[in-house]
Amino acid sequence: MRVNFTVNGRKQEADDVWEGESLLYVLRERMGLPGSKNACEQGECGSCTVRLDGVPVCACLVAAGQAEGREVTTVEGLADYAKHRQDAHPGGGCASGACGTSLQDAQQWSAKGQDSQTGEGTELSPIQQAFIDAGAVQCGFCTPGLLVAADELLERNDTPSDADIREALSGNLCRCTGYEKILDAVRLAAARQGEVV
Amino acid sequence: MAGTTTGIPANVTQGSQTKGGVGESMLRPDGTLKVTGEFAYSSDMWHEEMLWGQVLRSTVAHAEIVSIDTSEALALSGVYAVLTADDLPAAKNYGMEYQDTPVLAYGKVRHHGEPVALVAADHPETARRAAAKIKVEYRELPVITDEASATAPDAILVHENRGDHHAGHVPHPNIVHRQPIIRGNADEAAKKADVIVRGEYTFGMQDQAFLGPESGLAVPAEDGGVDLYVATQWLHSDLKQIAPCLGLPEEKVRMTMAGIGGAFGGREDISMQILASVLALRTSKPVKMVYNRYESFFGHVHRHPAKLYYEHGATKDGKLTHMKCKIVLDGGAYMSSTPSVVGNASSLSVGPYVVDDVEIEAIGLYTNNPPCGAMRGFGAVQACFAYEAQMDKVAAKLGMDPVAFRQKNAMEQGTIMPTGQPVDSPAPVAELLRRVKARPLPPVRQWESSEGADVRALPGGLSNTTHGEGVVRGVGYAVGIKNVGFSEGFDDYSTAKIRLEVINGEAVATVHTAAAEVGQGGVTIHAQIARTELGVQQVTIAPADTQVGSAGSTSAGRQTYMTGGAIKNSCEIVREKVLEIGRRKFGSYHPAWANAELLLEGGKVVTDGGEVLTTLVEVLEDEAVEVEEEFRHRPTEAFDLRTGQGNGHVQYAFAAHRAVVEVDTELGLVKVIELACAQDVGKAVNPLSVIGQIQGGTTQGLGVAVMEEIIVDPKTAKVRNPSFTDYLLPTILDTPTIPVDYLELADPNAPYGVRGIGEAPTLSSTPAVLAAIRNATGLELDKTPVRPEHLTGT
Repeated sequence: MRVNFTVNGRKQEADDVWEGESLLYVLRERMGLPGSKNACEQGECGSCTVRLDGVPVCACLVAAGQAEGREVTTVEGLADYAKHRQDAHPGGGCASGACGTSLQDAQQWSAKGQDSQTGEGTELSPIQQAFIDAGAVQCGFCTPGLLVAADELLERNDTPSDADIREALSGNLCRCTGYEKILDAVRLAAARQGEVV
Repeated sequence: MAGTTTGIPANVTQGSQTKGGVGESMLRPDGTLKVTGEFAYSSDMWHEEMLWGQVLRSTVAHAEIVSIDTSEALALSGVYAVLTADDLPAAKNYGMEYQDTPVLAYGKVRHHGEPVALVAADHPETARRAAAKIKVEYRELPVITDEASATAPDAILVHENRGDHHAGHVPHPNIVHRQPIIRGNADEAAKKADVIVRGEYTFGMQDQAFLGPESGLAVPAEDGGVDLYVATQWLHSDLKQIAPCLGLPEEKVRMTMAGIGGAFGGREDISMQILASVLALRTSKPVKMVYNRYESFFGHVHRHPAKLYYEHGATKDGKLTHMKCKIVLDGGAYMSSTPSVVGNASSLSVGPYVVDDVEIEAIGLYTNNPPCGAMRGFGAVQACFAYEAQMDKVAAKLGMDPVAFRQKNAMEQGTIMPTGQPVDSPAPVAELLRRVKARPLPPVRQWESSEGADVRALPGGLSNTTHGEGVVRGVGYAVGIKNVGFSEGFDDYSTAKIRLEVINGEAVATVHTAAAEVGQGGVTIHAQIARTELGVQQVTIAPADTQVGSAGSTSAGRQTYMTGGAIKNSCEIVREKVLEIGRRKFGSYHPAWANAELLLEGGKVVTDGGEVLTTLVEVLEDEAVEVEEEFRHRPTEAFDLRTGQGNGHVQYAFAAHRAVVEVDTELGLVKVIELACAQDVGKAVNPLSVIGQIQGGTTQGLGVAVMEEIIVDPKTAKVRNPSFTDYLLPTILDTPTIPVDYLELADPNAPYGVRGIGEAPTLSSTPAVLAAIRNATGLELDKTPVRPEHLTGT
C-alpha cells in the first residue's frame, strides 16, 4: 500500500508498504530517518517515541497505515518543531534522506572537538542543548525518544516538578545514566525556557 | 621568522594551560550527533541492494538435531539464502577464551535460543517468515540445569570431548573451571570465633539489556573479503574469532566500529558478526542484521547466576576470625569468559576486609541454561551480594553497628589479599563507608505534602496502591572491591596512533584507536588527554577500526587506564619528536632549546619557566608527526590452581553505598528513595562522566536488587521472559536520587593515577538495597531480586 503523511513538516509518501509494517520501520528504513530507535519494538522502552499529530507515541506500535494523512515529528525535526512551536503547523523539517546516515557518513564519522562541544553550526532545541550540557547523553540510544517525550512535557508544563518529570518520562528506559542527569537536563531546559520568557 | 620566536607574544598568556584537558568536565564530542538523531548506531546502517539476515533459533534447550529441511524457506519469493552449519565455509566454532561455541548448531543444540539456521531476504519480514518455514527435527535430551544435575557421576556431558586447558584440572567434565584459595588455616582460626554465621545466597541471572540491539552490516568486497560495520566491545578480539570462521586471512576482514548503544559486557562475545558475514559472502550482497529484543536476550551472554555458601566467624570485640565459602556460578552451555569470572569471584570473595584465614572455592558449571559471561562487575558482583549480607548478619549477632563493624575489619593500603597479593595503592574502605553514613538522611514521609499524599512518591507509585499506611522505612549499607583490567597473567595492552599536523593554520591532533565507545565517554577523555599532553586545542577522534592496533576491550574498567595510557604514551613520543624538529630548526636561536625543560601548551613550545619559544605551527609547518605506541599495565600472574596464591590483579576499585528504602509491607512493594554512593576514582579525568558512570552502575545494581532477572524454567531450561515486557528494568520512577561523593586518591602505578570506575558501583548497590529492605522488614532475604512474594510471605 501507499502511505501519505507529513514528516517533520514535509509531505512524504511511502510505496509498497506491507500492512504489518510499523511507522518506525517506515521512518527508519524507507524515509532514511533512523533517529527514532529500535530497542524493544514492543512499546516498553520509548526509544522510538515520535509525535503523531502532536501526541507522543511509540512508533513501533503504530501501524504505518495509521499515519495516513497525519503529521509525524521525529527527533530529526525536533529543533525545528521547537522553534515553530507557536505555529499551528510545524514547518520545514529536514528532507527525506538528508537526515539519515548513509554508510559513507557512518564510515567517516569523527568527533571534532570544538565544533561539537559548542554545537556550532547545528541549531538545537533547548532540550537537546540541555541534554548535552547536563551530561545526560551517554550511549545515547534512548536519547531521541527521551528528547521527544521531554520536549512534549515542557510544551504543556513549563515548570515541571521532579515528580512531573519522572511521570512524563516513565515510559522511556535508559540503561546508562541512572536518570539523574536526564532529570538535570529537563530541569535545565525548563529553567532556560523560563529565562527567555 | 625563527629569530623572532623568543619572548612572549602579546596574545599568549604566560604558562597558560590548554583548555579542555585532563580533570575538566568536558562535554561529549558526539553529543550533538546523538541529540539530533544523526549518530549512526549499528542498527542504522543502510546500503543499496542490501538484504536482511535472520536467525532461526532452537526452541528446545538440549537435543540432538535429527534433520533440518530448508526447502520451503528457500522457495519463498525474496529469499536469497538459507544456510545451516553444513554450509559454513570454514571453522564451525568460535569463542573468546576457547572455541566451543558453534556459529550454527551442528549435531546438538545445547541451550534454548541457540542459532540453528540463517536466512537472507530482501525484507526483514520475508526473512522472518522464511525462517519460520525451516523444519528442524529434534530428539530431546535431559537438561542439565544446576550443580547437582551437572556434577552427578552419571550426568550427561554438555560437551563430550573437551579440549580446553581447564579440562585436565576440573573434578567433573561439566565443571568449566575451579579455583580454590587456601590461606592460613580457617578451621584453626574458627576456634577463636565467639560467633559463627552461615548463609546461603542466590543471585539471579541478570541481563546487560543495553538498548541498542545486536546489529550491523556486512558488505562483501571485491577482493573476496568482507567489510564489517558492527557494534562491539573489542574489534580485534572479534576479528581473531571471525576470520577463521569465514576462512579468510585477518586482513581481508576489515572491521569498523558502528555506533554502540550500550554494552556492559554483553558485546564482548561475538553475536551477529559471523552470521551476517557468512550471508554476505554467500549472497555477494550487503547483509544487514538487527536482532529484535526477543533475539537479543538469546544473542548475548548474561551475568552468571550464582549460589553462594558462606561462613564467617568473629570475636566478641568485632574482629573477623575466618571465612569459608563456596561459590557456584552457572556458565550455561558455552565457555565464554566463565573461567575468568570464576577467578574473579574466588579472589574477591572475601570483599574489602582483612581476613587472614580463608578457605575458598569457586566453580563455574557447564549446563543447558543460557550461556553466561561478561557483565559489569564480572564475578565480583555475586560475591559482594553474599559477603555484605554476611557482614550485616555477623554485626547483628555481635550487637554491633553494621558500618562500625565493617570499618573495624576494613582493608587498607598494605593489606594482603587472600591470594597473597599486597594492596599497594590507596584502599579507603573505611572512609568511603564513613562518607555515605555521614550524609544526612532524606526526610521521612516525603510523600506527604500540604495537599495530601503524592502517590507518585510511594511504593507502587502511579498505581495508587497505598497512601502511606503499611509503609516502613529501612536503611542499609554495603561496600565492595573490584579488580580493574584483565588479570591472571593476561597480556593486556592497548594501542594508540597519534598524528600531529597543521591544518588551516592550526595544530591539530588526531587520535586513532580501536577502542569501543560504548557510552562511557572514552571519546571525550581521549581528546582531553591529547590536549593535555600536546597542548593543542583541536583534537579529532578518528573512527575506531582494525586499521590500527588493538585497544583491548572496553570492559573491566580498563579503558581509561589502558587506552588512556596508550594515548599518553604516544603523545609523549610525539612531543619529543616535535621538540626534536624544533631544536633542529630553532635550537641555535635560544639556549632554552638545549637546556630547559620544554612543554607544549596552548599551541606553543614553552619552557618550564613559562617562556614561549615558538608555536607548534612554526615548528611543524607542513610536516606531520605520527606515532603508534602500545601501553601495558604491569604484569600479573595466574593464580595457583591448588592454593589460589598469585599476584593476579593489576588494581582494585572501591565503592560504598547507602540505600534508603520504603516498603509497602501489605503488597510487598519496594521504593528505593535514595541510593548514595562514595567511590575512590583515583583521578577524575572527566568529573561529569565519572558521576554518570557511578550513577549508571548504581542503577544496574538497584535493578538486580528489586526487579531484574532472566527466568529459566528449571525443568526445561527454557527462557520465560525474553522481552522488555517481562524482564523488568528500572525506569525513572524506580530510580531514586543518587548523590555521588568521589575521592581522588591517585594510584601511583596508573596513568594520571586513574582507577577504573564503571564497575565498582554495580557491586555494592545491590547488597545495600537488600540490607535496607531487611532493615525495614526484619526479613532474611537471601535472594536477588526481591519480589513481592518474598516480602509478604505469599
